[in-house]
Amino acid sequence: MINELSRRNFLLRAGTGISAAWVSANWPALLSAARHAHETAQAAKPPQLEFFTAEQAIEVEAISARIIPTDSTPGAREAGVVYFIDRGLATFAVDDQKTYREGLPEMQARVNELFPTIQKFSAATPEQQDEVLHSFDEHATTARRPFRARPGAQNFFETLRQHTIAGFLIDPEYGGNDSGAGWKVIGRENEHMFQPPFGYYDKDYPGWQPMPKEAEKK
Amino acid sequence: MTVDQPKYKTTDEVDFVIIGSGAAGGILAKELSTNGFRVVVLEQGPYLTEKDFTHNEVEILGQDKLTNHPKLQPTTFRKTPEEKAKPQRALVYGRCVGGTSVHFTANFWRFHEIDFIERSKIGPIAGTGFTDWPITYADLEPYYTKVEWEIGVSGLAGASPFDPPRSKPYPMPPLPVKSSGVIFERGARKMGWHPFPAPMAILSQARPGRSACINCGFCLAFGCEVGAKSSSLASAIRMAEKTGRCEIRPNSYVHRIETDANGRAVGAVYFDENRNTYLQKAKAVVVCANGAETPRLLLLSANKQFPNGLANSSGIVGKYLMLNSGGVVTGQFEHPLNDYKGYAVSRVLHDFYELDPQKVGFYGGGGLDARFDFTPIGFAFGGLPPDTPRWGKEFKAAMASDFNRTMEIFCHGTSLPLENNSFSLDPELKDAWGLPALRLTYKDHPDDLKLGNWMFLRAHELFEAAGAQKKWGFPAQEQQFAVHLLGTCRMGNDPKTSVINSDHRTHDVKNLFLCDGSSLVTSGRGQPTMTIEALAFRAADRITALARRGEISG
Repeated sequence: MINELSRRNFLLRAGTGISAAWVSANWPALLSAARHAHETAQAAKPPQLEFFTAEQAIEVEAISARIIPTDSTPGAREAGVVYFIDRGLATFAVDDQKTYREGLPEMQARVNELFPTIQKFSAATPEQQDEVLHSFDEHATTARRPFRARPGAQNFFETLRQHTIAGFLIDPEYGGNDSGAGWKVIGRENEHMFQPPFGYYDKDYPGWQPMPKEAEKK
Repeated sequence: MTVDQPKYKTTDEVDFVIIGSGAAGGILAKELSTNGFRVVVLEQGPYLTEKDFTHNEVEILGQDKLTNHPKLQPTTFRKTPEEKAKPQRALVYGRCVGGTSVHFTANFWRFHEIDFIERSKIGPIAGTGFTDWPITYADLEPYYTKVEWEIGVSGLAGASPFDPPRSKPYPMPPLPVKSSGVIFERGARKMGWHPFPAPMAILSQARPGRSACINCGFCLAFGCEVGAKSSSLASAIRMAEKTGRCEIRPNSYVHRIETDANGRAVGAVYFDENRNTYLQKAKAVVVCANGAETPRLLLLSANKQFPNGLANSSGIVGKYLMLNSGGVVTGQFEHPLNDYKGYAVSRVLHDFYELDPQKVGFYGGGGLDARFDFTPIGFAFGGLPPDTPRWGKEFKAAMASDFNRTMEIFCHGTSLPLENNSFSLDPELKDAWGLPALRLTYKDHPDDLKLGNWMFLRAHELFEAAGAQKKWGFPAQEQQFAVHLLGTCRMGNDPKTSVINSDHRTHDVKNLFLCDGSSLVTSGRGQPTMTIEALAFRAADRITALARRGEISG
């Protein structure tokens, strides 16, 4: 199954000049959320919430922890993603506040609807949580998406998904990816500059040689 | 900004006002001020320098810190002139001192001899504006060499058997090879092709005031914090400022070229940061605003004397736009490539630069390059195999396993010049200053799509030969997003079918010159910046000669 968003990203890149970076043409303006995070990031230790209430933060963190779960390696929780999002919403991306303000209660309502005995997303089991999230994921297959998005609503889950990924993988200098946790997971060294050899295939490279004559004749 | 930069009054009639400080504008500023002329460069974006260039993906990619802004500068798109265009992000270009050269990939191969004379060689192509250039590769060769030595290009002369003749080797050796380059080279050689070290406008050796590349990994889309990327900012602009005759005036959005009763340009009208309007007077105007904004400015400058826009008696300003065709194939390998380290492209091949239309069944040609140009967030959004879940345990596992083992092959190729493909003024949508927005009209010629798919298959074969564990991509599609902005004020000898002559002077206005991607007659095979810069060096020589002979102001 080709997921539709990946496909769209590829289509956008159909032209030669459209390099990976300009998949950004597809980055919703939502991502603006993050900009000022890094200034506030330096300031507040231990982290303080600026937009979310403590209760909301617990729910947002619980959701982000399903998007990038903690297993044998750190997840969104350990990377402090909830603080990255909180600072973004409190400083620069006030525009996105509405999406969160309306999306969180809807998420809770969905939890009650699917699992009447459970009051909060954070109180559900991981399996139940995933079921709730799948019901919000516009890009999931229809079988897993029994609910329709509220007409005209900015997709809360998609916003949160992107914010979570950004908060997990951004250069730690800019207010997310605490202690480089996200980069450890993907195997990116947290250094500012590098020297060759870079990887497995270039470490024994003998240097550029012209094409051997035999091959030329073929 | 250097302290000895002059500060001209807008009422001072300087020798040249240059609009745009990118690849072409920077070089013209440097050359003309070095030749003794008084120059003002008006740049719509801010003056950022190395200290402003960060690795903040959200700020650079999500918020367009270095590029045109979709909210301030909205655009529209349609496929054909019969359609009503819809608001849609249609292009990206650099909007800061240095222009697109600040954030570009820096792939810097020269055009080949064939690019200038292809129409004569293969004959006409019905329904297109396919034609020869009024200049040849030999005319441009000394200027390619100038770009390599003065701006700073690393590479290995003679490494590609398809390279055009050159008068001098590169001034510095190629950058260190990446794992993606080694894989590409091995795969290509198994196929009997001829990969070579990519010529890059990135320093492999330090120059005064500029570091060699430190392989930080935030290259394409980012500004270089050590001045290793040979942007106009890091090279030509600094040299222009040192002359003491060139003023770089940022945050100056030119929206009209003023003409007098004799049909001569008298200067450029612009908004400053506070939206106050000024007219910078000048003896001559040089527009280097890129292949979208240059025609837009000419169209915005329409007046009673020039009702269809300035320098547009031919009616083709904005038309014959070419974006270059292409595609991307992504592959994964068994061991870590760690290609996030370093610049983007380390190997290229040109075996398919000139395909025989009789054999392949379409017109075109191109090159392939080996690269990895993802930064971490961008990779999570767009670099994983298309069947990867978008969140959860498997998504995380895929990021962990794939980030280091992925590379891409980019296909770069020709686009045919079609009259319908254009940048024009949208009749309804306005930008944040109340001026008509850019409207992109584009539909690829069928041959461009055939070429894209043909190259796409070669990229698959290369990955296969190189032993990729997994590879994927999507076949060529009609484009609706522009990065290479070429051909919209084409050069030619006939005023009916071109906008500028081979001196870059507009046929209609004697003291108005255009030089940027808009000047190109054909698209080359991608990677146009090297040629735009060579044209700029040449244009500066021509304009200087005209000025010294009194043929501009006279």
